[in-house]
Amino acid sequence: MDVRKVNEKVSVIDVKGELTAFAEGVLMDAYNQASDGRVWAIVLNFEGLEYMNSSGIGLLVTLLIRINSEKQRLLTYGLSEHYRNILQITRLDDAISIFDSEVEAIRAADAM
Amino acid sequence: MTEQTPEEHEQKQPRDAAYWAEWVERLEVSEVPEGAANVNVKGRRAVGALQGFGKLWQKTYRVRLEGANVTPAEVVQAWKEHFPELQPPNSRFYPPLTDVAPGEVLFISATMGGMPVYTGVRVIYADDESFTVMTPEGHPESGWNTFSAYEDEDGTTVAQIQSLARANDPIYEIGFRIVGSTTQERIWTHVLKSLAAHFGVNEPVTLEKVCVDPKLQWSYVRNVWQNAGARSMLYTMAAPIRWVRGLRSRRTSR
Repeated sequence: MDVRKVNEKVSVIDVKGELTAFAEGVLMDAYNQASDGRVWAIVLNFEGLEYMNSSGIGLLVTLLIRINSEKQRLLTYGLSEHYRNILQITRLDDAISIFDSEVEAIRAADAM
Repeated sequence: MTEQTPEEHEQKQPRDAAYWAEWVERLEVSEVPEGAANVNVKGRRAVGALQGFGKLWQKTYRVRLEGANVTPAEVVQAWKEHFPELQPPNSRFYPPLTDVAPGEVLFISATMGGMPVYTGVRVIYADDESFTVMTPEGHPESGWNTFSAYEDEDGTTVAQIQSLARANDPIYEIGFRIVGSTTQERIWTHVLKSLAAHFGVNEPVTLEKVCVDPKLQWSYVRNVWQNAGARSMLYTMAAPIRWVRGLRSRRTSR
């Protein structure tokens, strides 16, 4: 997963490939890297997501809890209709903001 | 503009597309298995790890199927086929009339602290090597359980239950802290021991517990109105009334 610092407040994590239990270490490392400094919003880019099972959803929950405990916010973009459906089924969309593009997500993050 | 052919559309679907359930706003029940109580299931919303009241726990139960020449897919297939039989007596599951497949609902009749709890779970994900169920409003837990099998580094197949859930409301949270948590752990330990025995294996079940979020979510304190235990108790107490009504209805129809 690549990490990009957009500005002082916002970092983007490009999620690629598969999001399963095996991705836990990689995802948390990416978060640690993204969260360095005074970042208060983490944006997950799901354009490169190819596969996610229920363990992957569990990872997102763990990540979200960690982000909230740091008083940060989690935003997402690049979700296909299928993966938006999954976030809806698991009711993660109650707590994770979903946007259509990186521009919109970052604009929203900057406004927080 | 060229429209996609069905083949093109299918190719663009992610690999996991067929394994996930469709979204529904509220649980739907077409047929109720004999003996199951459709109480606290139909019309309820599914609730995940973010919608409950209590501390969020991740509990991972594992049993190594040492000596069993069985693949993860074979383990999960047997698990789906024999799911109700693997449960202890105080936690009865009624399987869907079709299969443990995405979107299906499993009814539950359990006892917690001697109290009846009629509820259910919805299968939100199922593939060859795992299936995941999500709880509805009123269930003791808010979250999901994943039942899976995988091969360890030494090639031994391991069966696993992983729960990521919170107590749904303050009553359940108190219950879990006093006795419920141990009861629940016994249930899943029993299930894995039964599954292992199905393959002729008698190995210990290990448990790892991680408190993912120690904070209580007071914004969900009103979940108590949906408490399946309380509603199940009322349902049970009302059984004589339902019997009398049924008797009157049968007499009227003659």
